Amino acid sequence: MKHLLSSEDLTREEIITLLDTATRMAELSGAKKLPTLRGFTVVNLFFEDSTRTRISFEAAAKRLSADVINFSAKGSSVSKGESLKDTALTLQAMGADAIVVRHPASGSAYRLANAGWISGSVINAGDGTHQHPTQSLLDAYTLRNHFGEIGGDLSGKEIAIVGDILHSRVARSNIFLLSSLGARVHVIAPPTLLPIGVETWPCSVHFNLDDVLPKLDAIMMLRIQSERMSDSYFPSELEYSKRYGLDARRLALLPEHAIVMHPGPMNRGLEISATVADSKQSVIVEQVANGVLIRMAVLFHILAGETL
Amino acid sequence: MSDIVGARLVLDASEITRALTRISHEIVERSKGASDVVLLGIPTRGAFIAERLANNLALIQEHPVQVGTIDITLFRDDLRRQPMRTLMQTQIPDGSIENSLVILVDDVFFSGRTVRAALDALNEFGRPRTVQLAVLIDRGHRELPIRADYVGKNLPTSLDEKVIVHLAEIDGEDAVYIGGGA
Repeated sequence: MKHLLSSEDLTREEIITLLDTATRMAELSGAKKLPTLRGFTVVNLFFEDSTRTRISFEAAAKRLSADVINFSAKGSSVSKGESLKDTALTLQAMGADAIVVRHPASGSAYRLANAGWISGSVINAGDGTHQHPTQSLLDAYTLRNHFGEIGGDLSGKEIAIVGDILHSRVARSNIFLLSSLGARVHVIAPPTLLPIGVETWPCSVHFNLDDVLPKLDAIMMLRIQSERMSDSYFPSELEYSKRYGLDARRLALLPEHAIVMHPGPMNRGLEISATVADSKQSVIVEQVANGVLIRMAVLFHILAGETL
Repeated sequence: MSDIVGARLVLDASEITRALTRISHEIVERSKGASDVVLLGIPTRGAFIAERLANNLALIQEHPVQVGTIDITLFRDDLRRQPMRTLMQTQIPDGSIENSLVILVDDVFFSGRTVRAALDALNEFGRPRTVQLAVLIDRGHRELPIRADYVGKNLPTSLDEKVIVHLAEIDGEDAVYIGGGA
């Protein structure tokens, strides 16, 4: 595996190998530090704000002893008008082995990987409304920790993704990745927040959340992304919250074993109520911890291995 | 079993059992009762040998011995040269090796690089009182100043020969073969 650009590029076997590696990384959590990537340089190239993804990649790289260079567009030459190409050439000249990129433009990670500007690997940490593959991997890992075992997949699990599918790279990544692992994915959203062509994706579409809840193994709430909302997609936040938010009443409709997920950052009181976010069924904090493990697995397979 | 076509049997099942029994008694003798022994097998086959030694020690001592596994893939110095291996299980008993007598267990002792990686790995998990090494086969050709404390059998080999260890747990039989060479 040279680059990680999209969850659609991953085969079932590759996904399971990455999840298994993350499980092994968890077993090594008693070790102070792992020397595996000593001498490798990982650049975090962030053109968009991020807390957990950037910190998570940084923690993962450092745990494997790689050198980490953090780059954020704010305070860099990007604000002076430097292009992605020139930024990439600069990083190439500095000898980056892997570039973790987040960019507001869909397809930017693909461009960076395939334009011939750099020789290192590219890991997509979110490109516009397109893909965020490590988020879907960490979600799959979290799900497998609850419902599966090492070497296994998510066959037959009923998983719902609720909210702004239109703007969500998390939803796109997860729909393809989770269905590759054999899960049945349900998408629930107001019609205005569904992308054109959603019927061709490997998922079923619903408009009524209450109908779906009783059969679920997991529910994933998406953030309402005000920064990508240039139009009015729903009448009011209160109405959205009433129809598509996860509150205590809806939590009671879920089976007891079902888990509640959210990629963060949460809008408490909008797509998820505080009671639900802090409930026993919520695995939101676990998702963050798993993010470091899955990113260690990705960095390891991309930098240390020729196979996969 | 295609990996042993043309290979020569050097240890059969009863010889392997006897060698492991002898090593178990040596461990008890040298550790004066094996009370704080932690056996750490290096996957894949070292882990099964560690399990067998632990069973032997429990019988001899009449108290259970701590046993676990330690995967050294992430500690190797040749990751960039070799095709990547899948990571195997690491399980440190009780989560700690602090101040205990750790005995690393592997099937074949060759260049010593695996053991070096295992020593590095141990260092990240804590500070054992003593570290010893038990191996089923010592085939020589060390590339590092490392030696084994307990050896099942010394097997003089040439570099182009291959030592193949089969264990009932995964290979369906207990046997050691030498293959390849001139």
